[in-house]
Amino acid sequence: MSSDVHFTDFKSDKQPTWCPGCGDFGTMNGMMKALSETGNHPDETFLVAGIGCSGKIGTYMHSYALHGVHGRALPVGTGVKIANPDLEVMVAGGDGDGYSIGVGHFIHAVRRNVDMTYVVMDNRIYGLTKGQASPTSREDFETSTSPEGTNVPPVNPKALALSAGATFIAQSFSSDSQRHTELVRQAIEHDGFGFVNVYSPCVTFNDVDTYDYFRGSIVDLEDTDHDSGSFDQAKDRILDSDKEYIGVLYQDDDSVPYSEREGIEGSMADIPDGAPDGATDLVREFY
Amino acid sequence: MVLSEGTIPEHENVSPAVTVRGSRRLFAGRFEIFPIMHEDLNWAIGGEAGDGIDSTGKIFARALSRAGRHVYTSKDFASRIRGGYTAYKIRTAVEPVESVVDRLDVLIALTERTIDENLAELHEGSVIIYDGEQATMQGVDVPEEMIGLDVPLQRLAEDAGGAIMRNVVALGAACEVAAFPIENLDEALEKRFGDKGRAIVENNREAARLGQEYVRENYDHDFGYGLETTDNDYVLLNGDEAIGMGAIAAGCRFYAGYPITPATDIMEYLTGRIEQFGGAVVQAEDELAAINLALGAARAGARSMTGTSGPGIDLMSETFGLVATTETPLVIANVMRSGPSTGMPTKQGQEDLNMMLYGGHGEIPRFVLAPTTIAECFHKTIEAFNLAEKYQVPVYLTADLSMAVTERTYEPEEFDMDAVEIERGKVVDGGDVEEWLDDQGRFRAHAATEDGVSPRAFPGTTDGAHMTTGLEHDELGRRTEDEDVRVEQVQKRQRKVETAREREDFEPREFGDPNADTLVLTWGSNEGAIREAMAQLDEVSVRLLSVPYIHPRPDLTEAVEAAEDVLVVEANATGQFADLIEQDTLERVQRINKYTGVRFKADELAAEIRDAVAKTEVTQ
Repeated sequence: MSSDVHFTDFKSDKQPTWCPGCGDFGTMNGMMKALSETGNHPDETFLVAGIGCSGKIGTYMHSYALHGVHGRALPVGTGVKIANPDLEVMVAGGDGDGYSIGVGHFIHAVRRNVDMTYVVMDNRIYGLTKGQASPTSREDFETSTSPEGTNVPPVNPKALALSAGATFIAQSFSSDSQRHTELVRQAIEHDGFGFVNVYSPCVTFNDVDTYDYFRGSIVDLEDTDHDSGSFDQAKDRILDSDKEYIGVLYQDDDSVPYSEREGIEGSMADIPDGAPDGATDLVREFY
Repeated sequence: MVLSEGTIPEHENVSPAVTVRGSRRLFAGRFEIFPIMHEDLNWAIGGEAGDGIDSTGKIFARALSRAGRHVYTSKDFASRIRGGYTAYKIRTAVEPVESVVDRLDVLIALTERTIDENLAELHEGSVIIYDGEQATMQGVDVPEEMIGLDVPLQRLAEDAGGAIMRNVVALGAACEVAAFPIENLDEALEKRFGDKGRAIVENNREAARLGQEYVRENYDHDFGYGLETTDNDYVLLNGDEAIGMGAIAAGCRFYAGYPITPATDIMEYLTGRIEQFGGAVVQAEDELAAINLALGAARAGARSMTGTSGPGIDLMSETFGLVATTETPLVIANVMRSGPSTGMPTKQGQEDLNMMLYGGHGEIPRFVLAPTTIAECFHKTIEAFNLAEKYQVPVYLTADLSMAVTERTYEPEEFDMDAVEIERGKVVDGGDVEEWLDDQGRFRAHAATEDGVSPRAFPGTTDGAHMTTGLEHDELGRRTEDEDVRVEQVQKRQRKVETAREREDFEPREFGDPNADTLVLTWGSNEGAIREAMAQLDEVSVRLLSVPYIHPRPDLTEAVEAAEDVLVVEANATGQFADLIEQDTLERVQRINKYTGVRFKADELAAEIRDAVAKTEVTQ
């Protein structure tokens, strides 16, 4: 079945309402390509979307999908994957969804290392509510809710992930279609929690973190001697605030995903039409 | 007369106060001689948290249960690991017991405070076992009319192999007082300490015998008890355990929760057991995650559950609406405790009824089930899963603290696994998914059917791929603000509740005299105490309707109209269930509310009911 899946099979018939030029178009296209290239099928894929502009992705893609409440996409995805490890699970959201209201879940999802992919469309702004500061906004970024800048340092999600025990951390840029697709693909193929932060510019409300800015400052780790198996090198790159690196920052090749660690096999949806065999032993325990 | 020196009262006819089941006598006369052996026993061990009170109590409860006696336990405990008064209480009889009473016959007091805390329940002839050699217990003041048994618990425990066994020495002493064959302790000690090795088990058995012998040799006295044993085999379990076992029986494979008193026992029960049936327990980072994890598992097709108490329900409210609007079957156990806010976390309360009925923004279709006994916790959990999947709604399954952490004996046949039936509702597979596709081949996950229930395709089902969303959506699960579609979807979701009302048997449990003038209505765990109160009320005939279905619920109009007095019993201050009854029946009811944090007791309820009926008679 998988060999004849084309990436457009993951596209729904709904036309995106994202602003023309929005980075999320490129982010989504890369996700669909990566899913089809890795042999997945819409009927065996589950997409969980957060709230925000990025969250609309659940409507524009075709697969089993849930568009949930703000900030809780990762727990939903975790539940789906644990209940049926045979499904390909992808969670998508934005910087507000993942690093502000949902940042607690982010840390714990990283720790659990469930075999799924988390794609964050990071535009460093709240777009859907028309331009307020986000957790990744720069300290001096002026918005309607931060007229003199936020005056607090931005969250560094890759550092959070690394310190929480991440097994795969990548950074991509939505407009570099080929590279972005490749990085999402690597995250899907990773045995564990594959985290991809995507620079996905907001052309309407963010005039600082623009396409031009990213094009001018991005350094591809492939053009460096970066060793993604090295925790120390990953740490140095992630904490380097002068550069915008893209590529795989860190990957633990010894990663053991949650279901394997816990010995979970097959779908939990299949149950007998009565109490399971051995249930009477549970009663005997209370003698 | 202070007996701390280890003397025995001269008069041999001091007798423990006993209520023979069904009798209205609460306290025995001071020197009254009972001609019969006292077969009921109200026993407790109390001390500081961390003293092993719970574990010791469970050993004795299990010993009684294994000896074929019925047991009902209760706990006084504080929300801390060490320090603070805590007690484990047991009521035991040959006949089933389903309530606590205001009476304590034998008390093992590890601290002086334990005696003070229980003065109201202790009576003439109550036996207090304590260790006068402990610095903290020297000069302890045993009330004159009671029997103080000063037993060197710690010294005897050391003789048996270690001071840690002092509680077991006390158990041996209690066996002697109650004339309960000590051999019955052996199996319970094996069960408790078996995994620690033979030597530990044997040492504990020895410790118990040393306690027994000490009392026999130093207090040559017939305390008037004779705890009869029977050949019956009972199981002993609490409400949380019954919910956990019911979940596994019902095919639940996924549980996510965040530890919270008094719901944690559900998660602890499932952990290590559900895995044997191919399931998993996830300890979530908070309740927001817990319900979303459970939602995810349910979307994947698993029978899924989360459990918490009031504060956790608050946090889950937003996702509760998502569960309902995405039509995801989910069981949410709410084991209630006292609120508001952190309230009294280790105290009884039934204060969340309105929250479960009305919580969450928007208009959310839901079911609320409230099992009324520990056994019903098992049965209603299974029913909750069936209802959740048949109607694709979130189901609140609510117990309360006094049921959740109370152990009770049952015949094992009460938990008949062969009788469990699983109904999964409108699940479509590869064969029939086609009839639910629209003309463009898209799966209609929220099809507005006649009964309101839509087809459900588990992920992995060929051609079943669909999205769903917390936004208002069309039958394909896609966002819409179209007025007609909005109305259609609101109606189809609400219609499911109406369909359930028509198809299901949401009946109350009925006890007592069906033609009585006095109607008592209740929900949750109060049923047992009311039934025992009814047994004490010879002069008042009572009809009891105990309601496990809060929403949708039975129509009680006829019963309420037929009765002269309608009394609604619940453990809250405002009478939330009483409000519902008044709203449903347009009749005024009387309210019996208790919100001290302590469960209803049979004798106090009998008095309340008697008073309420008497007042009506005076008015007339």
